[in-house]
Amino acid sequence: MKKKKEKTPRQAMPEQAAEVRRRNFDEVPLGFPEELAMLEASRCLSCKKPACVEGCPVSVDIPAFINKVKEGDFTGAILKIWEKNSFPAVCGRVCPQENQCEGNCIVGKKDKPVAIGSLERFVADWARNQNDIPMPPIEKKTGKKVAVVGSGPGGLTVAGDLIRKGHEVTVFEAFHKPGGVLVYGIPEFRLPKAIVAHECNFMEKMGVKFETNVVVGQTITVDELLNDEGYDAVYIGVGAGLPRFLNIPGENLMGVYSANEYLTRSNLMKAYRFPEYDTPLVTGEHVCVFGGGNVAMDALRTSMRMGSDDVKCIYRRSRDELPARGEEIHHAEQEGIEFFFLHSPLRFIGDENGWVKAVELQEMQLGEPDDSGRRRPEPIPGSVKTVDCDLAIIAVGAGANPLVTSTTDGLDTNKWGYIVANEETGKTKKGQVWAGGDIVTGAATVILAAGAGRGAADSIHEYLTWGW
Amino acid sequence: MYQILSKTELAQGTVVANEIHAPKIAAKAKPGQFIILRVNETGERIPLTMANTNEERGTITIIYQVVGKTTALLASMSAMDHLADVVGPLGRPTPIEKKGTIICVGGGTGVAVLHPITKGFKEAGNHVIAIIGARNKDLLIMEKEMKAASNELYVCTDDGSYGHHGFVTDVLKEQLEKHGAAVKEAVCIGPVPMMKFCSKVTKDFGIPTMVSLNAIMVDGTGMCGCCRVQVGDETKFACVDGPEFDAHKVDFDGLSARLTAYQKQEKEAMDAYQKKCSCSTEA
Ligand SMILES: Cc1cc2nc3c(=O)[nH]c(=O)nc-3n(C[C@H](O)[C@H](O)[C@H](O)COP(=O)(O)OP(=O)(O)OC[C@H]3O[C@@H](n4cnc5c(N)ncnc54)[C@H](O)[C@@H]3O)c2cc1C
Ligand SMILES: Cc1cc2nc3c(=O)[nH]c(=O)nc-3n(C[C@H](O)[C@H](O)[C@H](O)COP(=O)(O)OP(=O)(O)OC[C@H]3O[C@@H](n4cnc5c(N)ncnc54)[C@H](O)[C@@H]3O)c2cc1C
Ligand code: SF4
Ligand code: SF4
Ligand code: FES
Repeated sequence: MKKKKEKTPRQAMPEQAAEVRRRNFDEVPLGFPEELAMLEASRCLSCKKPACVEGCPVSVDIPAFINKVKEGDFTGAILKIWEKNSFPAVCGRVCPQENQCEGNCIVGKKDKPVAIGSLERFVADWARNQNDIPMPPIEKKTGKKVAVVGSGPGGLTVAGDLIRKGHEVTVFEAFHKPGGVLVYGIPEFRLPKAIVAHECNFMEKMGVKFETNVVVGQTITVDELLNDEGYDAVYIGVGAGLPRFLNIPGENLMGVYSANEYLTRSNLMKAYRFPEYDTPLVTGEHVCVFGGGNVAMDALRTSMRMGSDDVKCIYRRSRDELPARGEEIHHAEQEGIEFFFLHSPLRFIGDENGWVKAVELQEMQLGEPDDSGRRRPEPIPGSVKTVDCDLAIIAVGAGANPLVTSTTDGLDTNKWGYIVANEETGKTKKGQVWAGGDIVTGAATVILAAGAGRGAADSIHEYLTWGW
Repeated sequence: MYQILSKTELAQGTVVANEIHAPKIAAKAKPGQFIILRVNETGERIPLTMANTNEERGTITIIYQVVGKTTALLASMSAMDHLADVVGPLGRPTPIEKKGTIICVGGGTGVAVLHPITKGFKEAGNHVIAIIGARNKDLLIMEKEMKAASNELYVCTDDGSYGHHGFVTDVLKEQLEKHGAAVKEAVCIGPVPMMKFCSKVTKDFGIPTMVSLNAIMVDGTGMCGCCRVQVGDETKFACVDGPEFDAHKVDFDGLSARLTAYQKQEKEAMDAYQKKCSCSTEA
């Protein structure tokens, strides 16, 4: 009898050492070499009823693509993934896999789950460097025109899907570069901008037109697109572009930023390469970032890379409630970010020139569970402390930007200002108008926005083909 | 994409006007609105008001003072060059209606911002009294245009080299004393200290007053919160809620402070730019 084969442990992706990477903006994980990818793929049991697929919001056929990786057929693997997911290079890097595909993986019951995200990333990165991958076929021109408002992962998915169906697609983007949060929010060290640019170039090659520097609601309205410009359908995917502040005293002092501003300056405007790039950004000696999600982790790790040594994450609940991806928290800790759990800011204190110099924090404790099911943080009477802070970044969430909704006739919004749209089809109350992504759900994830885009693209195609 | 069609120096090479091809914006723009531009790939996004628009030609005109690296770079561009990006129209248009007598006060390059608003008020049938000022005669811009856009024009220079010797606030006070309650509204646009003092004067007379705030901006769409200003007990975003606000409620000192946030970096950028320029001309 053959000796029982020893179990292969989960393969770790090589990454830059924490000591080095905390001072540069290069990507942290370096990617799997082919052998490691195939070894990791061999850990998948090719389940008949794959639980992992149920965990993926767009149902990527995970066992099928992993099988192809096992066989070394990477072309086969990428074609499998593309059936469901247009941006595997992005999702492989930023999906909260531990709550989605990997969180469901059966291997994870006893051992560590199969590294589905890393494998997806590997396949996509491999494919990006080939030039003989067949282009998806593009159907005969239909003569129908679709306008996509916003070029985040949702809008790009709609554009990619509909161009293949033969429709004419124009994407309108307020910024000077397409990509949405993928270019202005998520930092280079987590998602290299060359990857996003590659995806957008690929769309252009397929025939998608990009009109940057167009603020819909100002430069042109949704109604004008439909009535004057001859578009047959409009998809609104403008994201949750409204920063939330803390509404505490001192918030307008210099040195206090919304995460949106701080990250836009550093990512989109490349302030980390000042003075080669003209946009400035301040470097704090004592940085405090408020919040505990992905946005907070990105702000923390960016300020560390900008040259700060004292960087604190101030979060009002405990470690267990941190909403950020596990990998980001882990990376942040390795890089020397200090976590202040159970602290909530009361006010910022300024110096004589109007710069923030300190923040007053209230210590909290966890009480009974609240509506979200998490234990509600409550102040501990009398325990207030002051910590040094000359750069404060507020990352406590985003709201609905009213620029498009307030200038479009007949769109329904809910009490928070998000657009009311059908969950599956993205249809809104207004004829010929669809919506999806963060402007419908509130700040969520890349793959949910892409999934919503796919559903809407199907519905738009159906409408353009058959009418109502 | 965004071609510069003409370049005019309005004052000693420190105030420049450019007509730029941007048909979509030209078709939509209203007085009081602005654009954000980026000169080149490595450039910063800066806001500038449209001093004029020409829908037929598909152009907008910007008038700006050279104060730092980006405006210096912009001023170094020639007619026929292209700008990397121009986005707009941004901000809310000035609410213009027939009210009676309106006083429009402009200082420095603020006069360029004030011009389309003045013209708008006159065209709406108001009696428009315009007061413009500059540090000296050479820095005074758009006198002719302002004369045409208003019913009465008063000019001041700080050093007395032209017109009334003194500040626009002096003339503003005189006019308010003369016309009293007939003045329905004042619009004051210029450097922050000037707007602050004009606002003090009109407050004493109880005249509703609008100012246009030049907060530092990034996106111009309400996404980043960089441009926040304190107005009464509310925090407003100048790019989408403004740029015009009720002068009697604005925290001018807070705005002044926030405008200094990047002084150190701005100087570094300008010094490096000037050094590079002088090297390349020597070479
Ligand atoms: C810093 C940060 C980190 C994140 N990290 C993760 C992560 O690790 N994993 C994950 O899954 N998700 C993450 N997210 C969330 C994720 O990025 C978003 O859920 C997703 O990008 C939403 O996609 P979207 O298509 O709805 O819109 P967005 O990506 O928000 O794009 C909307 C686009 O529309 C444009 N726009 C807005 N208004 C107008 C207008 N009036 N006219 C024209 N264009 C307009 C915007 O400029 C933008 O380009 C993160 C978000 C942030 C901010
Ligand atoms: C709505 C609005 C309309 C404006 N219209 C005009 C105009 O018609 N003509 C004109 O001459 N100026 C106008 N300005 C001011 C103009 O934007 C600044 O002079 C310009 O950004 C300076 O850039 P710089 O690189 O040359 O100088 P810098 O050296 O970078 O800065 C000089 C000063 O300009 C201000 N500034 C810097 N960056 C920005 C920014 N991104 N946004 C806003 N202000 C900034 C700061 O106060 C700074 O101290 C306007 C500003 C706003 C907000
Ligand atoms: S798209 Fe995201 S959730 Fe789905 S398999 Fe890929 S990494 Fe997992
Ligand atoms: S659940 Fe895990 S083992 Fe099963 S198919 Fe999915 S990845 Fe493979
Ligand atoms: S400039 Fe970003 S919100 Fe006004």
